[in-house]
Amino acid sequence: MAAIFQGIGAAAALPSTEKFHSQSRRFVSGSLFVVRSDGRPSLGSSPRSRGAQHLITNAVAAKADASATSTASKPGHELLLFEALREGLEEEMDRDPRVCVMGEDVGHYGGSYKVTKGLATKYGDLRVLDTPIAENSFTGMGIGAAMTGLRPIIEGMNMGFLLLAFNQISNNCGMLHYTSGGQFKIPVVIRGPGGVGRQLGAEHSQRLESYFQSIPGIQMVACSTPYNAKGLMKAAIRSENPVILFEHVLLYNLKERIPDEEYVLSLEEAEMVRPGEHVTILTYSRMRYHVMQAAKTLVNKGYDPEVIDIRSLKPFDLYTIGNSVKKTHRVLIVEECMRTGGIGASLTAAITENFIDYLDAPIVCLSSQDVPTPYAGTLEEWTVVQPAQIVTAVEQLCQ
Amino acid sequence: MALSTSLRSNLIKPLTALTALSSTHRLRSPFSSSADDATVLTIETSVPFIGHNCEPPSRNVETTPKELLGFFHDMALMRRMEIASDSLYKSKLIRGFCHLYDGQEAVAVGMEAAITRRDCIITAYRDHCIYLGRGGTLFECFSELMGRQSGCSKGKGGSMHFYKKENGFYGGHGIVGAQIPLGCGLAFAQKYSKDETVTFAMYGDGAANQGQLFEALNMAALWDLPAILVCENNHYGMGTAEWRAAKSPAYYKRGDYVPGLKVDGMDVLAVKQACRFAKEHALKNGPIILEMDTYRYHGHSMSDPGSTYRTRDEISGVRQERDPIERVRKLILSHELSNEAELKSIEKEIRGQVDDAIAQAKESPMPDPSELFTNVYVKGFGIEVAGADRKEVRGVLP
Repeated sequence: MAAIFQGIGAAAALPSTEKFHSQSRRFVSGSLFVVRSDGRPSLGSSPRSRGAQHLITNAVAAKADASATSTASKPGHELLLFEALREGLEEEMDRDPRVCVMGEDVGHYGGSYKVTKGLATKYGDLRVLDTPIAENSFTGMGIGAAMTGLRPIIEGMNMGFLLLAFNQISNNCGMLHYTSGGQFKIPVVIRGPGGVGRQLGAEHSQRLESYFQSIPGIQMVACSTPYNAKGLMKAAIRSENPVILFEHVLLYNLKERIPDEEYVLSLEEAEMVRPGEHVTILTYSRMRYHVMQAAKTLVNKGYDPEVIDIRSLKPFDLYTIGNSVKKTHRVLIVEECMRTGGIGASLTAAITENFIDYLDAPIVCLSSQDVPTPYAGTLEEWTVVQPAQIVTAVEQLCQ
Repeated sequence: MALSTSLRSNLIKPLTALTALSSTHRLRSPFSSSADDATVLTIETSVPFIGHNCEPPSRNVETTPKELLGFFHDMALMRRMEIASDSLYKSKLIRGFCHLYDGQEAVAVGMEAAITRRDCIITAYRDHCIYLGRGGTLFECFSELMGRQSGCSKGKGGSMHFYKKENGFYGGHGIVGAQIPLGCGLAFAQKYSKDETVTFAMYGDGAANQGQLFEALNMAALWDLPAILVCENNHYGMGTAEWRAAKSPAYYKRGDYVPGLKVDGMDVLAVKQACRFAKEHALKNGPIILEMDTYRYHGHSMSDPGSTYRTRDEISGVRQERDPIERVRKLILSHELSNEAELKSIEKEIRGQVDDAIAQAKESPMPDPSELFTNVYVKGFGIEVAGADRKEVRGVLP
């Protein structure tokens, strides 16, 4: 067991040949100061005091709260998450003429979440292609174009609509590299918003990461902040593998200050959000904000949770996760997928298989309920994991 | 069959004797014959073309003796390969699904004659002969069918996943109809890169009822993509006859606003003419549908006897009247481009080539166990992977 772990640990160290900023190394010069989307300044500093009563009630659309310093003097530039995605996309389209976008209303309309706004005017109608409502075939078209060497970015207006393209994504996107004996590369990026929104109804609140996770040959990443959204978008476009980039409907208006200089993140790396000692909380996408909100309460109560945004849903960054488990010996997974067959279920299995010797308690996985997401606001709230439940789970775990 | 010939007088040169066949046994080896390259024969197709929303091309097709003999050789090679695959399947060297193309050879060969290797072809699972036409070798075919690592997809694809990227052959797809959007994607890339090439996206009469075909056709027509949709209508979607599956079996008309052409798919010259016409049309005006009226002698696949839904009389009737190889043979003999004995010796040679390739493929090794984990990702992350019992570390993803 230990031998396998060491093998994984050593081998999973990033073999990337391109320059990229890892989250921990982004502060190049000592003076770079970034306000993070949850309002806390970061530079590896520990929270000022355990007794601070600084609670943010709305975990989601947190516009940058007032930090004392003026914005004009700080390096980098501030933008919203969808703008960060657009910036990454535009930089890659400038860099490589083979990169193109296709999807419903991405061109003239500018994208239903404004991610592609202005791009059609700049690059033309063929390069930013408005498709008819035919997910199966325009996904197939994107994959066919990728077989010849183009690098399309296929947008699903909502991730749930990509269920119609499941055949193309599973058989052609994921498997063609293998079944052709390596002849064809499929460097597509399939992206779109998913997750539970504000009373959007069952069909528009789906979490497709749980359905796609078994497809061999694809990579899945989930972005959660403007910084990692831009970095992951660029990395996904540059990757030779098909990548599915999961965005979240409720996170598009997050504001953050990101560096001016170019950076690309690693697709396979997890992000250390808050180092700690008592318990490892693994999360991704919107649930990161629920976890951080719960973390404030936990800190007040004297706990020291380590929060990791796993970012890479396939494959898991077992290196970062493993190191954390070895330190804290307790794991809580907080996800938005449903309990059955979700990312949390796979992650639980992966951690148990590899790190059972380091666990002091069984892994606790908090997921959404196994129900179609109801329309009524109160019911919808009870479907997803709320910060109070996270606090209770940590308290029970740490007994 | 009306025909007329015109000879250019002083250009008759004797061809060199049959050159030694390369060990890869590719298509198109030269023959010794008194035919010369420059003679142009004009031959009328068996039936006229029928157009939908377009002016059909002429019935008179120009060809040369060399081309006709080439057609004969290529189709005979394809026929022989498929028959050999039949017996390999029955002796359990080929497993799983095996969909044979015999009877439909004229479509593959006629198409190749009209296009270049830079044009793309994509088809479904009845792909062995199209792979051969695109420059694949017999050895690669049989190796892949038997799951050896020398196969065209390293043994990891199988009968339904033949590909040859450098020659513009994009497969080889198992799910009915899924290759059509891929084909429109190939055409999109050709238009994007301004290649002046076209894509032939082939499908069957069974797939003609798939929604994704019409979705892809709509997009191809909307953006004037150089996509040619070729319906190989062999009249049976596995066990269901076309009239029981389609309200309108006139597949060339189902594009509605997209022009279509109905072609006798058993006449290699008609196929060649139609494909040339379609290529010109697609480069100027966008998509066009070609319906090839063809027939398969075998069942849908090796697990289908092929006689429960059609009579043996029907099969032998088509074989007698419309067989593509016999038609070319008659053409060659009546124009005195060769004689019986020579054609027989060509067929005998082909048999030898096929047998050699099979013997060679039988000897070639199975893929290495480490191949299980290669080609999953293009650039992986060095993750260690283990076999099912997790006791033995099998490999590291690259």
